[in-house]
Formats: sequence, C-alpha cells, structure tokens
Amino acid sequence: MESFRYRSAFSPRPEEPAGGGRLEGRPRPRKYLSVAASLLAAALSLTTISPASAYVAFVSNEKGNTVSVIDTDTWTVTKTIKVGQRPRGIAFTRDGKFVMVAVGDDDTIQLIDAKKMEIVDTLPSGPDPELFTQDAQGKTLYVANENDNTVTVLDLEKRVRIGDVQVGVEPEGMMLSPDGKILICTSETTNMAHFIDTATRKIVANVLVDARPRYAEFKTDGSELWVSAEIGGTVSIIDPAKREVTGKIKFAVPGLRSEAIQPVGIALTKDGKTGFVALGPATRVAIVDGTTHEVKKYLLVGQRVWHMEFTPDEKYLLVTNGVSNDVSVIDVAAQKVIKTIQVGELPWGITIAQP
Amino acid sequence: MGGHVVLGVLTRSLIGAIGLIAAANAARAADPVDIAIGYLGRASVPQTLSPLDQPAADDGVAGANLAIEDNNTTGKFLNQRFTLIDRGVKDDEDAAQAANELAGKTGFILADLPADALLKVADGLRGRGITLLNIGATDDRLREQDCRANVIHVAPTRSMLADGLAQYLVWKQWKRWLLVTGSHDNDKLFADALRRAATRFGAKIVEERTFEDTGGARRTDSGVTLIQRQMPVFTQKAPAYDVLVAADESEVFADYLPYRTWDPRPVAGSAGLRPTSWDPAQDQWGATQLQNRFMKLASRRMDALDMQAWMAVRMVGEAASRTNSGDAKTLTDYLKGPNFTIAAFKGTRLSLRDWNLQLRQPILLADGRMIVSVSPQEGFLHQVSELDTLGVDRPETKCKLQ
Repeated sequence: MESFRYRSAFSPRPEEPAGGGRLEGRPRPRKYLSVAASLLAAALSLTTISPASAYVAFVSNEKGNTVSVIDTDTWTVTKTIKVGQRPRGIAFTRDGKFVMVAVGDDDTIQLIDAKKMEIVDTLPSGPDPELFTQDAQGKTLYVANENDNTVTVLDLEKRVRIGDVQVGVEPEGMMLSPDGKILICTSETTNMAHFIDTATRKIVANVLVDARPRYAEFKTDGSELWVSAEIGGTVSIIDPAKREVTGKIKFAVPGLRSEAIQPVGIALTKDGKTGFVALGPATRVAIVDGTTHEVKKYLLVGQRVWHMEFTPDEKYLLVTNGVSNDVSVIDVAAQKVIKTIQVGELPWGITIAQP
Repeated sequence: MGGHVVLGVLTRSLIGAIGLIAAANAARAADPVDIAIGYLGRASVPQTLSPLDQPAADDGVAGANLAIEDNNTTGKFLNQRFTLIDRGVKDDEDAAQAANELAGKTGFILADLPADALLKVADGLRGRGITLLNIGATDDRLREQDCRANVIHVAPTRSMLADGLAQYLVWKQWKRWLLVTGSHDNDKLFADALRRAATRFGAKIVEERTFEDTGGARRTDSGVTLIQRQMPVFTQKAPAYDVLVAADESEVFADYLPYRTWDPRPVAGSAGLRPTSWDPAQDQWGATQLQNRFMKLASRRMDALDMQAWMAVRMVGEAASRTNSGDAKTLTDYLKGPNFTIAAFKGTRLSLRDWNLQLRQPILLADGRMIVSVSPQEGFLHQVSELDTLGVDRPETKCKLQ
C-alpha cells in the first residue's frame, strides 16, 4: 500500500505504476495501465461512468503533527507521515507530485513527495502560515501569515519569496478567482474579505463580513464568492463584480444554541448548484441550495468539523472532524454520511489528488 | 472607503474649474475619521503574594494599546484612525475630576477603578454623551442595584467567575467545599458569589473559615518556614471535603494553601484553579496570534486586565467598522443594539446583556500554567444563551437602567 495511488489508472502518463489492491468488480485492472497512448482516451472516458474510483486524500492532523493518507477505494488510512509542528493548510501541487502542508509553529510550508510520502523540501512561507492558494498553472503560491497581517507571494517553481501584501489583522482564508485575476484574503479580526489584484498585488476592495471570516470559495463560473464567518455564524454571499455582500446564509439547528454554529469550511459543486458548509462545534455539515441559498439539510458528522474536499468525480465529500479525530465521508448524490475514518489527532485540512 | 467616494465626487464636480482648490478639498476629504478613546487607570500597583502575579506597570493599558493597533489596521481600509488617551489616577486623586479632563476629548472612556469611584465618575458624566467601559471592577452591584445606563461592563462579575468555577467543580464531582474567606470586604463579596454558586449548581459548603489579615508584609526573606507551619494547622480538623475554595482577592493567604493543606486536597478560587476572563497561558481559538502580537508590543504575555482593555477598545472599533462612523452616539447605539457581537478568542461570540450592559463571556479556569477548562460546562443549559448560566440572569436582575 505504500505505492502512491492518486494517479493510478487515470494517469495521463502510462509509465507511472498503478495502485494495487483495488476492490473486485471495479473497472480498470492493472493491465490497462500499460496500454498504448491511443487507448488512454478510452480509458479516461471510463472514469466518468465508473461506480467508484480510488483517489488519495491527505489529511493534516493539527495536534498529531502528522498527515494521514486515506485511500478512497477502501476508505482506510494507508500511511501516516510525520510532519512539522501544527500542520493545518494542505494542498497538492498542480502537477500532483507534491503535497504542501503549512506547519505554522515551524514557520514554513513543507513539501511532501506524494510518491515517496516523505518530506523533501520546505517553502519560505513567512511566519505562521495557515491557509494558502495557488494559481491554475501552479506557478504562484499565496500564503496567509496570521502573525504579521501579511500575505506572502511565492514562486513555486523556484521556491522563493517574490513579494507580499499587507492586509487586515490575522489573515486566514485564501482563494483565487477562477480567472486568476483576484486573490481573496479574509482577515479574522478585521472581519473583511480583501480583494487583491494579482497583477499589481494591491488591495482593490475590502468587503466587510461577519465576525472571524475563515474561508472563501468561488463558484467555478466566478459568479459568486462565499465567505464563512466562524463567530458571526453566517456565510456571506458576495457579488465578485460589484464587490458587495448580496445575501447571507444563516443556520439554525433545532436544539442547538446559535453560538455553537460556527461555519468554517465551504465546498461548492462544479455546477454551482449545491454548497456544503462545515459548522464546527455544531457537529453538522449544512447542505445549501447554490441558487436560492436556502439550507436544505443538516448532516450529522463528527465534533468540530473544519474543512472539506470533494473527490474529483464529486461523488464524495470528505470532511475533517477536529475533536473526534476522524474524517466523515458524505455521499454527495444521496446526501448521506456513509463512512467515518479514524485519522490522527485533531484533523484539520484535507486535499485530494486530481486525476 | 467613504472617503474615496467623497473624494471622487469632489474631484468630478470641480474638475477643470479651479484645480488648485479642488486638490485642497480632496486632501481634506481624505483625512481619516479620528476616534479617541480615554483610559482611566489606577496609577498604583497592588501587592501580590507571588512575584509572578505582580502586575506590570502597563497592565491593562498595554491591552488597550494593542487593540488600538488592531483597530487601526482595520481602520486603514475604512479611513478611521484610533488613538488612546491614557490618564492614570492616583489613589488620593479624584477620579471624577480626571474623567472630566478626558470628557472633552472622547466619547468613550475605559475605566479600571474601584466600584465607588466608578459610580462617581459615571454620575459625573451623566448626560454628556460619554460611555464608560468598565474593565476592572467585578462588583455585581454595579450591574444590579447600582447599574448605570452610561456604563458598559467588559470585566466579568464575581458571580460569573464563581459560577464558572462551580460548574467545573460540580462536573468534576468535587461537590464538598471547604470555604476559606479573607477578612476584607472584597474577599467577603467573592465568598458571597461562591456561596450563591454552590447553591445554584448543587455543591455543598461543609464548613467555612475566615483567615484574618493581621497585617504584615506579603513577602519576607524567611517567610516560607512560617507559612509551612501555619497553613496545615489552619486547615486541620475540617469535615470531609473534596476541594478547598479560597476567597482572597486581597492577596493575603490563598496562594499559601496549595500543597500545604492538612488533608491532601486541591485548592481553587483565589489560588490553585482560578476563574478568570483571560490568562497568559490561553492559546486556543486563535489566541496564539493575539498573544504573539501582545508579546511583540509589551514584552510579556497578556493577563485578564489587558484582555478586558483589549476587548473594550475592540468593541468601539467593531462598532466603528460596522456603522462606518466615528460618531459616539452612533457607536454607542450600535453597541447597545441587538446586532452587536464580538469575537475575542474565547471560542464563541460575545454579546451584551441588554438588561444591565454586561458582556457575556466564557470563563477560563487556569492554574497558573495551563488553561484547565473553560465554562460554561457541557450540560449546563439555558434557553437563551449558555453564557447566561454564568452570573445573575435576566429574571433575577435588580438593574433598572437609567
């Protein structure tokens, strides 16, 4: 199981080895991998109809100082990687070769070789990195440095710092607009979503949201920006063109006091029709209609639910439950929690390799 | 941002006409809104038993200064500028007079004053459109029979502190308390709050003792020998109990108790496990960043008074950014209105009790090294806010705001 599996059968590069041990009945046995490039197109088209696919999810465990590797085929932890102090923000590089994990108390971002599953390098992230985002080409990385009210800009290829932007108090949520022109940074004590022009690295707008904004997510068509406010208890819907709040999602779980509802992670389906919002100590994930912004359903998950990530086929959504030390698997179509996977101590961030 | 809009309108309306005047006007329009906040603090520093508890000379003020910095970081995006006017009050000085000096310069004054002085200041400022933010006095009466409409209480009350401690001790099943109270008035008030908490949450005070303050120095060169003989004797022959609860705000004896009780029992209250609004060890819920900023500014970690001052200044800053205004009445109305909440690194949003203007907040339980727990404890339920399981609740209040 130590072989990397995220590329597996979907790899555009047939020379890569495949992951083994796939469940019976699932398509794409190992031999398909050695086929000529001409067969690749056919193989890739199969992915759209396959019932389940093996991906690999990397989960940062904030207290455990580890990263748990989950196989989404067997829903088991296949490897635990020791990393630096207080790992939180985590993401694959665009080429899928590395997993970047922000280890805030070590003031760096570590690079995990996704194949060897070990740390191979670090990035000069600036102090106390937490969340970060990269451009579509995987060339530029933007890091929130909570301690000194700064966004650090890194050249990912050269692995050097190339600039910074001064923002509000305690920057956290980081997200690029789909066209890459605007970087959103949320600052937790200033309570704003800062709009930063990525060409000039200047703030072009500041949108006030509710208390302690933690995460920002765009619809893939760029028509809406969602920003969660952990202490405010809301998700603000922002019109990215007008740069103003046009609506707010509010949550109410029967029997739960409103202070316990603390939205953090957000995931939006590619068609923009459904949103998922992690509600922290409320132990729920809210399912929100992407058009009307009405809450449709609350799914019971683990304690202090933080962040989430879809599998690339959008069949499943994996969410990290900080206090209960596990990851819940949500069947997106059925809108049900189908599995809970024990991981390390205080799981926080999650990333899944794109095929 | 408002400044930019004004600037744009001005520039457009005057462009091509008299360029020089337009430029001058535009510069004036872009001047930030100034919001000054006063700070009335005690100039003298109290003596504590442990040298580690000795407050720094800038205790409280440093927290206010950090919040001014934080407000200004936000303010630069909103064209608002915050300043602090620090005015220390000596023990023999009239606080009301000092408040009068500040009154012409600001709409908000943080006050770290004893209850009587605070009331005198509040009454002296009545009708002048100035809001006091009480960051020091924990007296329940200031929120009850002696409440004032121009005072917002950021410091928790003794009853909130006692309830926060009691909930944990009861959760821990340490329900039999030996209560030891100092001989000063403030010690007795804390003991009152502890008795009330015991009744509310189902603990039993098995016996009460008083520790008389006979004067003398807090610390001496060979004090430890004497204390080691005194404390076991003082605590012997007690009925069976689970925890010794000490009420000693005057710093006369409580810190002598841990490890010296006749029976091997934990100590809580004014020593051992202490209820507090904040602690230098607090680092949860993003507090690490706050502590780091504070360390950079003050070269020490943040204590409860620093935090109470930080919250008070942040409340004014929050009101200013939400209302996009620097007008004291607009800000006060926002703070007293239903939409005000604030984040303060305590895991939940804080708000004001509208019946007595007390800030709802969790109570930390700290042992001087770590945060042991945070109240309200799980299972203590409330129909409005679980934070209202701490302190005097709406149905019990004696406050009539005026």
